[in-house]
Amino acid sequence: MSTATADTHDAPRESGVNYLNASYGIRSWLLTFDHKRIGLLYLASITVMFLVGGIAAVLIRIHLIEPQGALFEPETYNKMFTTHGIMMIFFFLIPSIPATLGNFLIPLMIGARDVAFPKLNLMSWYIFITGAALALIATVSGGVDTGWTFYPPYSSMYSHSNVALVALGVFIAGFSSILTGLNFIVTIHKMRAPGMTWFRLPLFIWGMYATSLIFVLGTPVIAITVFLLGLERILHVGIFDPAVGGDPLLFQHMFWFYSHPAVYIMILPGMGVISELVTAFSRKKIFGYSFVAFSSLSIAVISFVVWGHHMFVTGQSIYAGLVFSVLSFLVAIPSAVKVFNWTATLYRGSISYEAPMLYALGFIGLFTIGGLTGLFLASLATDVHVNGTYFVVAHFHYVMLGGAVMAYLGGIHFWWPKITGRLYPDMWARIAAAIIFVGFNLTFFPQFMLGYLGMPRRYAVYPAEFQVLNVMSSAGASVLGIGYVIPLIYLIWSMRYGPVAGPNPWKAKGLEWTIPSPPPTENFEEIPIVTEDAYNYPVAHEHRYPDAPGVARV
Amino acid sequence: MAAHGAHPPGFAHQFETVEQQRDAGTLGMWTFLVTEILFFGGMFTAYIIYRTLHLQSFIAGSHLLKVQYGATNTAVLICSSLTMALAIRAAQTGKSKGQIIMWLLFTMALGAAFVGIKLHYEWYPDYLEGIIPTVSWIPGGAHTPGVKMFMCFYFFMTGLHALHMVVGLGILTVLVIMTARNKFSAQYYAPLEISGLYWHFVDIVWIFLFPLLYLIGGRYQGS
Amino acid sequence: MIPIQPPAASSIAEGVDKLYFVLSGITVFFTVLIFSIIFVFMIKYRRRSEDELTVETHTPLIVELTWTIIPSLICAVLFVWSAALYVRNARPPQSSTEVFVIGKQWMWHLQHSEGPREINELHVPVGVPVKLTMISQDVIHDFYIPAFRVKKDVLPGRYSSLWFQPTETGTYHLFCAQYCGTNHSEMIGWVYVMSPTDYAAWLAGGEKTESLAQQGERLFTQFGCNGCHTGEAGAEAPSLAGLYGKPQKLANGETRVVDESLISQAIWVPSSVHLPNYKANMPTYQGQVDADQMVRLIAYVKSLSSEERNGK
Repeated sequence: MSTATADTHDAPRESGVNYLNASYGIRSWLLTFDHKRIGLLYLASITVMFLVGGIAAVLIRIHLIEPQGALFEPETYNKMFTTHGIMMIFFFLIPSIPATLGNFLIPLMIGARDVAFPKLNLMSWYIFITGAALALIATVSGGVDTGWTFYPPYSSMYSHSNVALVALGVFIAGFSSILTGLNFIVTIHKMRAPGMTWFRLPLFIWGMYATSLIFVLGTPVIAITVFLLGLERILHVGIFDPAVGGDPLLFQHMFWFYSHPAVYIMILPGMGVISELVTAFSRKKIFGYSFVAFSSLSIAVISFVVWGHHMFVTGQSIYAGLVFSVLSFLVAIPSAVKVFNWTATLYRGSISYEAPMLYALGFIGLFTIGGLTGLFLASLATDVHVNGTYFVVAHFHYVMLGGAVMAYLGGIHFWWPKITGRLYPDMWARIAAAIIFVGFNLTFFPQFMLGYLGMPRRYAVYPAEFQVLNVMSSAGASVLGIGYVIPLIYLIWSMRYGPVAGPNPWKAKGLEWTIPSPPPTENFEEIPIVTEDAYNYPVAHEHRYPDAPGVARV
Repeated sequence: MAAHGAHPPGFAHQFETVEQQRDAGTLGMWTFLVTEILFFGGMFTAYIIYRTLHLQSFIAGSHLLKVQYGATNTAVLICSSLTMALAIRAAQTGKSKGQIIMWLLFTMALGAAFVGIKLHYEWYPDYLEGIIPTVSWIPGGAHTPGVKMFMCFYFFMTGLHALHMVVGLGILTVLVIMTARNKFSAQYYAPLEISGLYWHFVDIVWIFLFPLLYLIGGRYQGS
Repeated sequence: MIPIQPPAASSIAEGVDKLYFVLSGITVFFTVLIFSIIFVFMIKYRRRSEDELTVETHTPLIVELTWTIIPSLICAVLFVWSAALYVRNARPPQSSTEVFVIGKQWMWHLQHSEGPREINELHVPVGVPVKLTMISQDVIHDFYIPAFRVKKDVLPGRYSSLWFQPTETGTYHLFCAQYCGTNHSEMIGWVYVMSPTDYAAWLAGGEKTESLAQQGERLFTQFGCNGCHTGEAGAEAPSLAGLYGKPQKLANGETRVVDESLISQAIWVPSSVHLPNYKANMPTYQGQVDADQMVRLIAYVKSLSSEERNGK
């Protein structure tokens, strides 16, 4: 069943000069303007941050095996979940697909030599690691215990932890996002190859475009918000202190104005990846291209007007609650449309089950659950009961882990041959995908139940009646952890020992598959002229060789 | 398709044509300005909300500001936008680099004057009067917590703006050097144009700041 | 076995549970639907040979519209149902007894208007609606009783409220549900729902205390409020009789209803809410009147608006 081998017409050899071997030495990497190398710099950095956040997660789940806490004093536990949230959200998930796969693939998919502003791209990476370094320093030099949401007055006036330093790290890293989004918007608008009209673009590009809109419009607001918080923390001016007329809820409004669209920053690129995977492994064009494309845009737009659903129990007016609730239901519709379109793409396809496809199918199922549990939170009456409980924790892990991270892994596996020129061992990849799927559900499904039973989140100790479900969740987490470690091992192994991949081991459509693996530094010898739609897989009534690329040459 | 020898200086090779590069640069700057609007917008929104909640204090705080220098600075900035536009026009119409540099230097002088007037005639006296929160705040009497909140917003917002001005001065310095090194011509002056957009934006932010902070305290109608 | 829901012990709990189960049903339905279709397609359309080609499929608009409109309708129904429940549950009945709640790191002070005080525990009679008026002394907390399906943030500087009507006697968890610092997970307690006779016995059994309004009246004198708020015509400060619950035009032009928040603002940040026709001379009592005392002063002002001057 596996098709990703070197047994096509000619045995591919490793291409001569490519972006990886064009120059050697640490300087050639740290001073590169090549979007592909910058993508790899990001890949290494966010993997480190994922490991930091992941270790915190492991410790949290071990601690929660006991109702009185197995490992830590409450103060340390509070720092653990804060670190987990900050690292995972700001320094792993938000950059993940955009900064790695986006940077690598966008110029390739649209037929360009690089992004619009390569120097800005490198600067974005340096800004990112500066912010990440500050956050790491804040973590190891005492930690932060405010939760990743930093609500004042606790964070501004009461916490005795490194709030200002972490706020600075997040503030700086935000500029990395803004510049990346700006770069992508200009690249997609202005650097498409001749013939690559908007409606011939791969859906990954539509997803990245919608994400970049959110990067550019939302991130400046969180920047100002953490800036004000940092000033408040250092100068004690009273912006969020009710005793002098400040309003802590203003922080929440400003914070969620960004942080809600931010979750769509995390999922939209993943949805873009899924569109690519589902089409490539069904060898069929996507069902409902324009609906999927416009869904990405609508999600980006509507995401800006739903932030109040994080604040239903803060005492905001009933009318505000009603408005945010109806809009939150509305934002679910485009996502549902996508799920149906992906499923329909499988209809009468020619489906194979390599690891990327397993990740894609897992995504569709788990995102369905995660998205539908969002309706419980959009619904005012049920949100009152489950807000602030493990139900919310389960919901967002379903969409972020079951959704975004699975899409990320699927994308990494799919484009790994293109990025490295090597194939990874697919059997291990499928085993890992299955372990992740099982471990994930074991970890997080019990948390829905815990939430409805009333267990609040961010609890270092809990009533004994919740122990059984907590132990189940922790057991699942150990399986999940193993599942995440396995790809790390074989992917690194494959860089040296994996079989050489040809230009198109999956026989997929897309400009990135028409060039060697790994690509040369300048991507295309000649900029292609595009004459056909995306996913133009051959169908039965046409006479074409199955793996002929769909571009004309000048 | 691209004949590499035919490209002017400053051409970046990720692009296929000069037009593409200029279009990309312009779109990039406009996108950046949109992010700046959201950035300042967050601050403006917080200001407006607190003004609504603490109207009397904010009016009282506004009266502590030195409106004559704010007004002068408004005029200074508007003139600097004019000189910036004239610098771009000079490049566009192929004038000598001396002319371009002259207008750029006028712009820088006006920008520096803005910062200087603010520091010397507004902020330093504010420091002496004890109305800079945390730095030199003297509480009591008319200096209520609400007035302190207003002054915080005043310094945050004008401080952020002044920071953008200083960055703008840095950009102008770079442009002067580039002009002196003959980088620009009537065919290629995109960096000037794009920097001009940034400069005009910083000007426009001030045009919103000045009335919101200095004027709408009902200063001239009596409160 | 593992329970799937907490006890349903309030008048709204069943309604919320019903909605929850319908939402769960919809989730299960669509999950099973998608998983099954994928499973069937995975088998039926698996690739059988490397060179096989697929058949062209078209994207009929009607299909797209169907699976856009049907989810929209489902969402519309869910929204309306949920909103109706929420709006109905938002307003406490007129006949509610009142309990004041002060949250502080890391405990709950509960103050019955009849006089008794509790820490981390709340005794209430079954079948009687109870309205909680809550404020925090420091950071944001959240008062959560899972068995009643009620939850509301408890904020510093302003009052928030929730209400419930217990329907079953028993003992139920009380949690803080907004992270508030080191001992957030220990800011928990119990709600005891008692039969009316047991509750009366519990009320009578504690030490005799004055009602909150009576205690507030003493504080009113103690802090010297009666020096300016004499209640006589031409006094420096407005009379407080009949003020509570009525809309009042403020000096800055806005009109607000005189409620707990406005009264506390008037005492803690008077510059923000003074009345027209009076000089803005009232000093702030921030740092002098704490949250416990504020509750009593508010109870006193409220009592000036009802016919029974003395409360209980």
